[in-house]
Amino acid sequence: MSLFEVLQSLISDYTIRTVALGSATLGIVSGALGAFAVLRRQSLLGDAISHTALPGVALAFLLTGSRLPLTLMIGAGIAGWIGTLAVMAIVRRSRIKQDSALGMVLAVFFGIGLVLMTYVQRTPDAGKAGLDKFLFGQASTLMTRDVWTMGSIAGVALIVLFLFWKEFKLLAFDQEFGTSMGFPMRIIDILLTTLLVAAIIVGLQTVGVVLMSAMVVAPAAAARQWTDRLGLMVVLSALFGALAGVSGAVLSSLTDRLPTGPTIVLCISAVVLLSFLFAPNRGLVYNWLHGFRKRRNLAMDSVLLDLLELADQHGSRRHPHSPDALRSMSGNPLAVDKTLAELHQLGWVVRTEPGLWRLTAEGELQANRRLQELEVTR
Amino acid sequence: MNQTASDNALEVRDLTVAYHEKPVLWDIDLTVPKGILMAVVGPNGAGKTTLIKSVLGLLKPAAGQVSIFGRSYETSRPLVGYVPQRGSVDWDFPTCVLDVVLMGRYGSLGWIKRPGKADRDLAVQALGKVGMDKLASRQISQLSGGQQQRVFLARALVQQAELYFMDEPFQGVDAKTERAIIDILKELRSSGKTVLVVHHDLQTVPEYFDWVTLLNVRCIASGPVTDVFTEQNLRTAYGGRVAFKSQIAAGTEAEP
Repeated sequence: MSLFEVLQSLISDYTIRTVALGSATLGIVSGALGAFAVLRRQSLLGDAISHTALPGVALAFLLTGSRLPLTLMIGAGIAGWIGTLAVMAIVRRSRIKQDSALGMVLAVFFGIGLVLMTYVQRTPDAGKAGLDKFLFGQASTLMTRDVWTMGSIAGVALIVLFLFWKEFKLLAFDQEFGTSMGFPMRIIDILLTTLLVAAIIVGLQTVGVVLMSAMVVAPAAAARQWTDRLGLMVVLSALFGALAGVSGAVLSSLTDRLPTGPTIVLCISAVVLLSFLFAPNRGLVYNWLHGFRKRRNLAMDSVLLDLLELADQHGSRRHPHSPDALRSMSGNPLAVDKTLAELHQLGWVVRTEPGLWRLTAEGELQANRRLQELEVTR
Repeated sequence: MNQTASDNALEVRDLTVAYHEKPVLWDIDLTVPKGILMAVVGPNGAGKTTLIKSVLGLLKPAAGQVSIFGRSYETSRPLVGYVPQRGSVDWDFPTCVLDVVLMGRYGSLGWIKRPGKADRDLAVQALGKVGMDKLASRQISQLSGGQQQRVFLARALVQQAELYFMDEPFQGVDAKTERAIIDILKELRSSGKTVLVVHHDLQTVPEYFDWVTLLNVRCIASGPVTDVFTEQNLRTAYGGRVAFKSQIAAGTEAEP
């Protein structure tokens, strides 16, 4: 199927349109709130919340017998929220650190969840329960009604995020300063974490509990590479989340037996990889080029200064010198010829006869400028 | 100032703080009159930061009362400004200098409301005072240690407080920043504000401050520098571990 056909079916095909809308919603909301989780070094909280949500899904089904997404999401939300509060309470009231508390709560809740899921599968109408999609996610079963539910939860979460933007920024940057000004930072913390719970349950059905944490961490990590502004980072993170969500979910619903969660995660991983390589300032390629340019400038500076020193020793600025003399002075003798060629191109050195070089008037000016800079920094 | 019911900016009574079983501060009584610059000195682990944090309600003391301008801390909170230790935040956070300074306005703004033009003007003005107005839009990860400290100071200035708590503002800063901080401290004092500074460098205490508190879990001494910054008090606070104290206490220009 060509790209054009995919785009066409995005507009015309009911299933694909629904899937795309749903996964865009989950990408936006988990990307936006994930940015805060990543900045607060709480990336693993996302993992814990999604895993602790699983027993909530199973219990909601067992208690109500309903498979309505809203019912299951409420169950997931309550369980995820209780799990998170348990983590916070353990950290506050004991000497156990956050990572251990997360690990414990995650394992206990997920274990209960798996037991309940197995129990549900064995009940008579197990096949119809369809709860297994909460493990690895399934996009192709999304219906308009589900998208409305997801959209409403996501919308409320984003509005609250916008309203309390200032408070959340304060929480993420300097919680104690916030407390000193009288803000109840613990309540703000619980509010932000509740929004994260909401973001995660929006994506559970599509991405699955096992890989949902990737939608919290990866878009934010990629967005951080591109910007130094919090607002822009949150917007970019939401966009990356939506991009990965749509492409992953559409790919998986167009292909037989391609699980949605893993496909979405592969898509967001590609975005992360590209960001790590090519983002300006922070990307690996940028840093590599920057380092290369810096080394070259350093080599040019040192040859310029060596030529100036040689000229001073001979008392005449016009006296030419062989590359051998420069090589003996240089910290990187192998690069001298190449550097001379580069300086020649700039018109800062000139070859008076084969194998002999001297500074031009411009070169002398540049060398003296470097010399002054060195003395200032010394 | 008619809103202030007491002549003292800060009164601490019977303050005791313990992490788990070990007391970090024991039965502290402290009175800080209005309009002075006070240094809080003491060896590592003496509880200097803990003192500030428990007064500000960041730590829950085991016992004791704190009153600020004669009222409870909750009532007097708008009168209090805070400069935490520079290392307490992540300087790689995606934000700029002006944005950090504006956080000092959040307290008076209250919930949900965003900083407006008046707040921005105040922030720019405070940045000018610390010599950072040209760096207002700079990303905070690109600041030197001294510049980070000055940003925190500017953030406290826009709080427009009456009583300031500063936790080691001179820690690891360059000479220029130290000068800038001292100038601001003196300016704050001359406009009638009170500043309490956790300080490390005993040598500069007589030069920079007019009152001093010597702390080592207990409050060893507190009062005007000329009265309480004595060799005997220093020896009690530091336990004979600092050999050059006698010269400092005598007020001579001593080399360490």
